[in-house]
Amino acid sequence: MSKWNTVSHRVRNQGLGRDELIEMQDVWKTYPNGTHALRGVSVKIDRNEFVYLVGPSGAGKSTFMKLIYREEIPTKGQISVNGFNIGKLKPRKIPYVRRNIGVIFQDFRLLPKLTAYENVAFALEVIEAPKKVIKKRVMEVLDLVGLKNKANRDPSQLSGGEQQRVAIARAIVNNPSVIIADEPTGNLDPETSWGIMQLLDEINFRGTTIVMATHNKEIVNSMRKRVIAIEHGHIVRDELRGDYGYDF
Amino acid sequence: MVMIFNTLLRHLREGFKNVFRNGWMSVASITSIIVSLFILGVFILLVLNVNSFADDADSMVQIKTFLSSNVEDSMREKLHNEIAAMEEVSRVTFISKAEGLRDFREQLGEEGKDLLEGYDETTNPIPDTLQVEVVEPTTVPYVASKIEQLNNKYPDQPIYKVRYGQGTTEKLFKITRAVRNIGFAFVAGLALMAMFLISNTIRVTILARRREIGIMKLVGATNMFIRWPFFVEGALIGFIGSVITVGILFIGYNQLALSVKEDITLAFHLVPLNEVGPQITVLLVGLGLLIGIWGSTVSIRRFLKV
Repeated sequence: MSKWNTVSHRVRNQGLGRDELIEMQDVWKTYPNGTHALRGVSVKIDRNEFVYLVGPSGAGKSTFMKLIYREEIPTKGQISVNGFNIGKLKPRKIPYVRRNIGVIFQDFRLLPKLTAYENVAFALEVIEAPKKVIKKRVMEVLDLVGLKNKANRDPSQLSGGEQQRVAIARAIVNNPSVIIADEPTGNLDPETSWGIMQLLDEINFRGTTIVMATHNKEIVNSMRKRVIAIEHGHIVRDELRGDYGYDF
Repeated sequence: MVMIFNTLLRHLREGFKNVFRNGWMSVASITSIIVSLFILGVFILLVLNVNSFADDADSMVQIKTFLSSNVEDSMREKLHNEIAAMEEVSRVTFISKAEGLRDFREQLGEEGKDLLEGYDETTNPIPDTLQVEVVEPTTVPYVASKIEQLNNKYPDQPIYKVRYGQGTTEKLFKITRAVRNIGFAFVAGLALMAMFLISNTIRVTILARRREIGIMKLVGATNMFIRWPFFVEGALIGFIGSVITVGILFIGYNQLALSVKEDITLAFHLVPLNEVGPQITVLLVGLGLLIGIWGSTVSIRRFLKV
C-alpha cells in the first residue's frame, strides 16, 4: 500500500512549489471538420479545488476536459497537468499521465461483464499493482462509496446511482490528483444526484481536485464552488463560489 | 519492461476468460479454423499419398530388353555387363525364356491358363530378357535409348526390342508432378484464406469490445497491456481449433486406412499415420496458433491508436 501511495505522491510533487495542478495558456482547439471548440482559453486550476464547468451544450466544455486527460491535443497553446506538458506528450507516455487522472462520465462506462469489484480492480490491474494491494485498496474505495456489500454484483444488477458510485470508485482507486467528471449526474434522478455530489465533495475534501461539467442548476447553486462558464469556446465567467447563471 | 508474474497470469486468465465470454464469436472463430485446417489437412494427406503412390509406381518402372533368338550366351553376358556398367543403372537381371513363360503363366493365373496352353520349351514365344532397373526413374527413356544403341555396336543386332511402358511412364510422371504442384498451390491458397477468415472473425470480436479497450486506455493501460489478453485469446482459439482438426482428421484417416487394408482388390495402401502423423500435427497446430495470433494482433493494431 505504502509503495503505491509513494508513487502517487512523487507524481504529485512534480508541480514543485506551485499550487497549479492544471494550467492552460491561450489554448485553441479546432476539429478537422472546422469546428472551433475552444478559442484562446487561459485558466489555472489549483490543487484541491472543486470547479464546476457550465455553459450551453456545444460551448466547449467536453473539449476542455478531453484536453486535460489527453483524449485530444490542442491546436494551439499550452496545457500542463501535474507538471506534464500535455500537448507535447509522447504517445508512449500517455498511459502514465492518465493514471493520475480519474475520469467519470454521464453513462458510467463500466465493463458490463465484470462485477463491481472487478471493474474497480481493473484500474489497479492495469498499473500492475500486486494482488494483495488490489484487494485491500478496492474494498477500501468500495466502502468509501458505500457499495462494500454489493461488490460481487454485475453492473446490470445495480441502480444508476450505484453504477456511478462504482465508476467513481474506479476513478479514485489510484489516488489520482484530479477527477474529471463529465455530467456525472446527467442520467440520475435528483435524490441520487445529491448522493453522488456528497461523495464527490467528500473526495475533494480528502485532497483530490475535481473538475466537473454540469447542466444541473440546483446543484451548482446550492453546493457553492468555483464556476467557470464557457460559451462559444471562450471563458465568459470565472467566479469563486459562483452560481449557475443560466435559466436552463 | 519487466512484467510482473502476476500480470502475466492475469493476461493468461483474461485471454482464457475472453474465449468463453465471447461464446458464439469464439465458436465461429474456432469453427472457421477447423474448416480451413481440415481441408488443408485432407489435401496434405492426399498429396502425401499421391506422392507415395507415385514413388511406388516409379520403382515399378523397369526396362525390358528383349534379346534376339539367336543370341549366344557369351554375347548375352557382354550385353549384361555393358548395361550394368552404365552409371544410371542400378540392377540388371537375366530372365530366361523358360522363366519368362512361367512368370507370364503366373501373372495370368487360372483364367489365362487356356491362352498359354500348348506352349512348351520348343514353342515358347517369350524371348530371353534382360530386366534393367535404374536409380532415377526419370532417366528411363534415356537409358532405354542408350541400350537400343548397343545394336549399332554389334553387326548381328543382338537386341530385338527395348520396352519400358513408353508413353505410360512419361504420362505417369507428368500426372504425379501436376498433382503435387496443384496440391501445394491449393494448400497454400487455403492457408491464406483461413488466415483472412480468422482475422476477420477476430476483428469482429474486437469491434464488439471497442468500449472495453477505450476504458482500458482511459484508466491508463499501456498498449502492450491491452494487447496481451487478445494475443492469448487468439493463440488459444487457434490451438483449440487445430487440436480438434487433428483429432477429426486422424480418426477419419485411420478408419479409411483400415478399410483400404481390408479391401484386397485395391492395389495400393495408404501411408500409415504413425509415419506422417507427428509432422502433420506440428504443422497444423503451428499453423493454427500462427493464424490465431496473427489474426488477433493485426485486428487490434488499429484500435490502439488514440
